[in-house]
Amino acid sequence: MRMPLSAMIGLFFTALYFLAAIFADFIAPYGMAEIVGGVWDPISREHWLGTDNIGRDLLTRMIYGGQTTIFVATMATLLSFSLGSVLGFTAAVIGGWVDQALSRFVDLLMSIPSLIFALVVLSVMPVTVLVLVLVMGILDSTRVFRLSRAVAVDITVMDYVEAARLRGEGNVWIIFREILPNALSPLVAEMGLRFIFAILFISTLSFLGLGVQPPLADWGGIVRENREGIVYGIPAALVPAFAIATLAISVNLVADWVLTRTTSLKGGRGG
Amino acid sequence: MSPILKLVVQRLALGVLLLLAASVLIFVGTEILPGDVASAILGQGATEQALANLRIELGLNDPPVTRYFNWLFGVLQGDLGVSLSNRRDIAEAMSVRLSNTLFLAFWAAIIAVPLAILLGLVAVRYEGRWPDKVVSGATLATISIPEFLLGYIAMYFLAVQYRIFPSVANINASMSLGDKLNAIALPVLVLVLVVLGHMMRMTRAAILNVMQSAYVETAELKGLRSFTIIWRHAFPNAIAPVVNVVMINLAYLVVGVVVVEVVFVYPGMGQYLVDHVAKRDIPVVQACGLVFAAVYIGLNLVADIVSILANPRLRHPK
Amino acid sequence: MAETLLEVKNLRIEATAYPPGEPPQEIVIVHDCSFTLEKGRVLGLIGESGAGKSTIGLSAMSYGRGGVRLTGGEVRLNGREIRSAGPGVLRSVRGREVTYVAQSAAAAFNPAKRLMEQVIEATLHHGLMGRAEAEKRAVDLFRQLDLPEPESFGRRYPHQVSGGQLQRAMTALALCPKPDLVVFDEPTTALDVTTQIDVLAAIKRAIQETGVAALYITHDLAVVAQVSDEIMVLRHGRMVEHGTTRQIIEDPQEDYTRALVSVRSIEHEEKASAAPILTVEGVTARYTGLARDVLSEITVEIAPGQTLAVVGESGSGKSTLARAITGLLPPTAGKISFAGRTLTPKLEDRPREDLRELQMIYQMADVAMNPRQTVKTIIGRPLEFYFGLRGRARDERIQELLDEIELGKGFADRYPAELSGGQKQRVCIARALAAKPKLIICDEVTSALDPLVADGILKLLLKLQKDEDVAYLFITHDLATVRAIADSIAVMYQGKVVRYGPKSQVLSPPFDAYTDLLLASVPEMRLGWLEEVIENRRMESAGN
Repeated sequence: MRMPLSAMIGLFFTALYFLAAIFADFIAPYGMAEIVGGVWDPISREHWLGTDNIGRDLLTRMIYGGQTTIFVATMATLLSFSLGSVLGFTAAVIGGWVDQALSRFVDLLMSIPSLIFALVVLSVMPVTVLVLVLVMGILDSTRVFRLSRAVAVDITVMDYVEAARLRGEGNVWIIFREILPNALSPLVAEMGLRFIFAILFISTLSFLGLGVQPPLADWGGIVRENREGIVYGIPAALVPAFAIATLAISVNLVADWVLTRTTSLKGGRGG
Repeated sequence: MSPILKLVVQRLALGVLLLLAASVLIFVGTEILPGDVASAILGQGATEQALANLRIELGLNDPPVTRYFNWLFGVLQGDLGVSLSNRRDIAEAMSVRLSNTLFLAFWAAIIAVPLAILLGLVAVRYEGRWPDKVVSGATLATISIPEFLLGYIAMYFLAVQYRIFPSVANINASMSLGDKLNAIALPVLVLVLVVLGHMMRMTRAAILNVMQSAYVETAELKGLRSFTIIWRHAFPNAIAPVVNVVMINLAYLVVGVVVVEVVFVYPGMGQYLVDHVAKRDIPVVQACGLVFAAVYIGLNLVADIVSILANPRLRHPK
Repeated sequence: MAETLLEVKNLRIEATAYPPGEPPQEIVIVHDCSFTLEKGRVLGLIGESGAGKSTIGLSAMSYGRGGVRLTGGEVRLNGREIRSAGPGVLRSVRGREVTYVAQSAAAAFNPAKRLMEQVIEATLHHGLMGRAEAEKRAVDLFRQLDLPEPESFGRRYPHQVSGGQLQRAMTALALCPKPDLVVFDEPTTALDVTTQIDVLAAIKRAIQETGVAALYITHDLAVVAQVSDEIMVLRHGRMVEHGTTRQIIEDPQEDYTRALVSVRSIEHEEKASAAPILTVEGVTARYTGLARDVLSEITVEIAPGQTLAVVGESGSGKSTLARAITGLLPPTAGKISFAGRTLTPKLEDRPREDLRELQMIYQMADVAMNPRQTVKTIIGRPLEFYFGLRGRARDERIQELLDEIELGKGFADRYPAELSGGQKQRVCIARALAAKPKLIICDEVTSALDPLVADGILKLLLKLQKDEDVAYLFITHDLATVRAIADSIAVMYQGKVVRYGPKSQVLSPPFDAYTDLLLASVPEMRLGWLEEVIENRRMESAGN
């Protein structure tokens, strides 16, 4: 099938950002915390995006910032995904009180907005990358749990799962051979959304000064460092904010495409 | 008791229970630190004496369960405790902040809700054509753009480049309503943009769902006009889902407020919470967390109750 | 010669299909269809699913459902061309000259409005009567259609009345504006057989008394034979045969029509009873949280290589019996013995040998197979699981099984989505067979299939029974199927077995009241059957 333009654009930018993050050390023109110019120097041949609030090269900061943001978000997504989907499937397949206990606990966690709960926890925790990944991953796993449980419940009521049970198959076969192959496409699309959410979440925390701590750069933190400039008409803070938005939109476009592609394999519902 | 009343009472009781559980969660959330809370607050260089004093003040020598119930009974009597950083009464400091935040959220909601429903209807009316595509495009954009980007773009252009509105949204009790509205114009604009996308998309889905039902086809096959069909057959069934959409998004708006307040240095709850998280002022953080959770749970509760009240099966039992 | 009401000429109907992984395609659903209907006549449209019968029916209202477009030809109603007419003309025709009765009245009524409001809405909207007069007519229609408390019936909401009543209320809705034509779209298909007959009788009487013309759409030839004057047989969007009801039933000209008429012509000699392989003794079961038993004290047995048919309507507990036997719903009392052993109540505790010898086939073959597995995996897994067959040995056995179910080579690597409905059910049969079972539970295995395909499946099951000496527990609501394949029969009603014994005995009088009702309600493919049944009932109730 031909790839639609929107997906190509999305894939291009996603790949660009990820490659820049992976090869940051090779492509960054200056050192991450190196002061190389004046405060908020304008765009020039030496500094393609100008300099930041204390005279560091903004492009360099952006490249390293992207590295941190993408790393933290990827880790948090992997955590939320493995945790949420394993528990979600388990709840759906085992059912009974296991399902009840897990589901009610998730309801409870979701009764408090994630950002607020993260702030509450971060008020006593040391703010390190590990803690951030854990907090974000665990809070976000509630959504993955709900989705994977719902998808799995839809599948477990299917006669083919009952047929497998009647055959005498164990839970491992049922989860990995009967349920998982049929749950994959909604979960893959959800992974894209969870990654976007993680990017926005870590950026927001850093922007509020409660995420990644200086001198380590991340996109939300760069917005925070340069926000005073806005009042003087210096748009440096918009650059990382713009990067966040383009990455999020790109991933979204790719996820959309993956979803339509994989669901169409199953065949239409027919009329 | 009529079944519908019973359901509503049940749902209310469930809401209270959920709020209680949330308070436990918030309390536990500030307790999960492996190690000593006092030294986490005061840092490495604190003296033994200062640590001991803080422990007594926070009641850290009591078991956690005792502390939780002390806190809870205080909250129930309107006593939210005293701030660690400035020794002020939290309830007093918060009341001004809360009313400021509600003022901001109120104006954002009053603009966003009718606008979103209207645009959702337009998207349904022109399903698959360009107005519909604009709506889905806008939705994609707004769920991907962080609130602070919208905030700074608005500030950069509307306050700095063109000087239409003030860049900092500072309000106080002595200002007239007009001045206040002028001051909050930018944060309101940003909040509206933040919730609009979601609300439009969900309204569209809710109404489309109703429009595709068999009874709408029946109405069409009676030879009724589109307007009559929508007004008489689709609308009564769309109320519950649309109210649900609105409530869920208002709850979302409560969270968006935190970032927007920080961007525009607005003296509301969000700013208050963020400042005190940085200061590790635990009593304030707990109080703010509880208030946010209460609003969030309350709005979801309203959505549930409206769905119950709008359900003809429950209103007219067999 | 009576006056022509509806004239359809060279009608062509198209829709857009979205095949997976390919650009959307235009497909033709109805090719070049022509017919005329005179005033006061009833035309039955009959065909399998996908024959285009509903689409043609709705074309009489110039309506295409969900992206279906009427792209060519003419539809003349009362002499006026409506296929290409604008929305204004269509609004004046729909709900006044022609009205519609949907298959699912439960979905077609607005849940938020009272029935009366909806029944008279079109009449008021078109200005045909004043409110009082319309309400009076609605009440008359409620009475005519045998609805309870006709005076106050309209004050109820849709969810407050039963499915059969709702279907009759929908008929009242359609008749209220005194239309010239009513389109009945499978109005009794979703109902139980004993409810169907009442609704059918009510519809027939209402049609006769009002003198309205009708298009009656159904897949059940025996049903349409009772209500229509003419029948048009459709297949794959084309007309196969059109004639009077008598001619179609008694003297069909086309092979396809003949096949439809002679469906269920399977003859099956009842086998003599023998020592049972499965014995169900006093089994009682209930779902957790439910106050009453869904099964109470069920006692039945099946002899090796024979078929026990369990008949009943929805809610009779017949599928629950299957769940109790398989261990999905452990009984609260009673005992189940199988092949000389006592089966443990819970599935989890049963030894693999018990599981192997007791297999199951489902109603919906679609969801009984994992869409992500090939036929090879689906049939191969039991071979691997129970017999440890692998590699060549397994592949050879798979091919043997495919031959047994009359599917050729190339099927092993297909996915379920690439099979037709009948082929899917055959693969499910092969999967059950792969375990070399002694008993197969067949849960409504033919009811989702078109009649000709269902016939093929039944023949295959009978052949396999002979070859493999396997017993069947055959659950169905369809008495024709029961007659075709059963050796013994259990009739279930409200969780109990009300009649049980060898087929010849169960199906001959004297009957208990429920079996009598059930047997009398199954439409027979002959003219005048409905009248006879109604007349018998009237006499019985007069006699009481």
